[in-house]
Amino acid sequence: MSILVNKDTKVIVQGFTGGEGTFHAEQCMAYGTKIVGGVTPNKGGQTHLGQPVFNTVKEAVASTGATVSMVFVPPAFVADAVMEAADAGIELAVIITEGAPVRDMQAAKAYATKHGMMTIGPNCPGIITADECKIGIMPGNIFKKGNVGLISKSGTLTYEGANQVCNEGYGITTAVGIGGDPIIGLSYKQLLAMFEADPETEAIVMIGEIGGDLEIQAAAFIKENITKPVVAFIAGQTAPAGKRMGHAGAIISGSAGTAKEKMDALEAAGVKVVVSPAEIGKAVKEVLSK
Amino acid sequence: MNIHEYQAKQIFQKYGVPTPRGIVANTPDDAVKAAQELGGSIWVVKAQIHAGGRGLGGGVKLAKSTDEVKELAGEILGMTLVTHQTGPEGKLVQKVYIEEGADIKDELYLGVVLDRAKEMPVIMASTEGGMDIETVAEKTPEKIIKVAVDPAVGFQGFHGRELVFGLGITDKAEQRKFIEFANALYTVYMENDAEMIEINPLIKTGSGAFLALDGKMGFDDSALYRHPEIEEMRDISEEDPDEREASQYGLSYIALDGEIGCMVNGAGLAMGTMDTINYMGGTPANFLDVGGSANAETVAKGFEIILKNPNVKAIFVNIFGGIVRCDRIANGILEATKLVDVNVPVIVRLDGTNAAEAAEILKNANIDNVIAATDLGDGAKKAVEAAKGV
Repeated sequence: MSILVNKDTKVIVQGFTGGEGTFHAEQCMAYGTKIVGGVTPNKGGQTHLGQPVFNTVKEAVASTGATVSMVFVPPAFVADAVMEAADAGIELAVIITEGAPVRDMQAAKAYATKHGMMTIGPNCPGIITADECKIGIMPGNIFKKGNVGLISKSGTLTYEGANQVCNEGYGITTAVGIGGDPIIGLSYKQLLAMFEADPETEAIVMIGEIGGDLEIQAAAFIKENITKPVVAFIAGQTAPAGKRMGHAGAIISGSAGTAKEKMDALEAAGVKVVVSPAEIGKAVKEVLSK
Repeated sequence: MNIHEYQAKQIFQKYGVPTPRGIVANTPDDAVKAAQELGGSIWVVKAQIHAGGRGLGGGVKLAKSTDEVKELAGEILGMTLVTHQTGPEGKLVQKVYIEEGADIKDELYLGVVLDRAKEMPVIMASTEGGMDIETVAEKTPEKIIKVAVDPAVGFQGFHGRELVFGLGITDKAEQRKFIEFANALYTVYMENDAEMIEINPLIKTGSGAFLALDGKMGFDDSALYRHPEIEEMRDISEEDPDEREASQYGLSYIALDGEIGCMVNGAGLAMGTMDTINYMGGTPANFLDVGGSANAETVAKGFEIILKNPNVKAIFVNIFGGIVRCDRIANGILEATKLVDVNVPVIVRLDGTNAAEAAEILKNANIDNVIAATDLGDGAKKAVEAAKGV
């Protein structure tokens, strides 16, 4: 078991024939992901990486039965692509593209929600179910199969966390990079609930950042709903106030969204909070050997 | 990206958000001309820098004659203004805004920002104008009225009513004027892809008019491509030169006041690396995210920028290669040591794709001050030791 995606998930790529889309679609296919086609307007009818190219998502869905789309279109076209996917009946759009305007994502997310489509990202590494399905840009080889679910705002901290878990002899069920933009799709709360319901997942690693209050909401949710052990790290304890640290989300001003506030809330919810990402692996070992 | 008060007010005026009349000036003589053109007998001379708290710092002064305008403009232009938002080093004032004096009866606050939880813009208003709004939010949150507007339907009548009744505006003509004001400001926010707008204070004059006495605007950098007229308002002198230079090479750099330089891929891991250094008893000298496409040139540039900081006693390179291949980074480090005089110990931790090849490259190169680390914790520990000269 796993959450959201597995070896049978049929995936199309929006922005299939572009440089990024091509490179990463190829990597995903090599990992075992069922990429069943892609969409690039005006290239319909062509074959790319051995798979059919369609002009529209509707055609792609009708012809392939795909339920998930991996979005690689340039930032200015992301909202359009996401809304097209929602309109075509895609169930989950994984948006890798970085730099989409916030106003566009606001509209796209609202539209997706209205049409019952889940989204992950934008500006994220994607989602991977170990040994089954990789939809994104993460290095697949570090995700060994196991019993730990992982949710992270940061791309490289996803890799760091997964690597440590695997080095301790454990492995990953599914890892999701949710992205750190102001407007994101699936967040901690929904994913925590999915991992709680997944029989194979025995512990959950949650990696957050300064800025916003998603981690605070997650803490309240964990307290009420999550029985599995959770290990958390919040990046940015040493970040100065008012400075933006790469991700749009990673900015703190005043007292809202500091690392300390989030760590305290998570600790109060019974989460094992580590002060350095170097401690994630050990903490997972600790909670799983109890 | 942020802009100056005078630029924000130009945008406000375009959308019918009322402001006092004003003219920007670069010299005391221009300031006098501006005052003469505006007419009247009272002017406000306002320092134009990208930071709040200008009044308390001595950057906003009242003038009652054109001679006084000249004198005050002369004082303010060229001064280094220190406010609670500039940091102790302050900011050099290069422009002043000369504005007609206003008859202030009440001071209010009005702002628009994104409410991330609701995923909609929220209009914030308060009767506590002129105060630091974060302090108001903390101490008396009930004095801030928040109205979320769904962009799918836009600003509705009820949004306006919630604002005016919340602020205690009872006069019907004033209610109408305030609602128009708020509606226009919402339009400014949406149409310009603003990240935040803040008017503090928004004043009510003796005759019941509402005016934006101040104006602060920040924009979504990702949307600037569709607003060339706003991009043109960029004031490079307001930006940190090192941060700016770094960004030209795809690096995201922020100087801090510690001793250990950091070069990391990914914003989250970069912050996590700083946290780990701190946890091990050291202090980070900077945040530096080399991004996903690091190569020899960007790594060399990163070293150069880090080493400009005289406090740096060691550098910790922490790369978790996903798409970035570690062997390329290793070669980048070798190249960098040829291009830049790296005179402090460099602790290198390369993990992920092609890490073994990378270790081999560094080992064979056998550079004196390059120290290999096995993982994040080990690297941070070695960096802290190296900085302490252990």
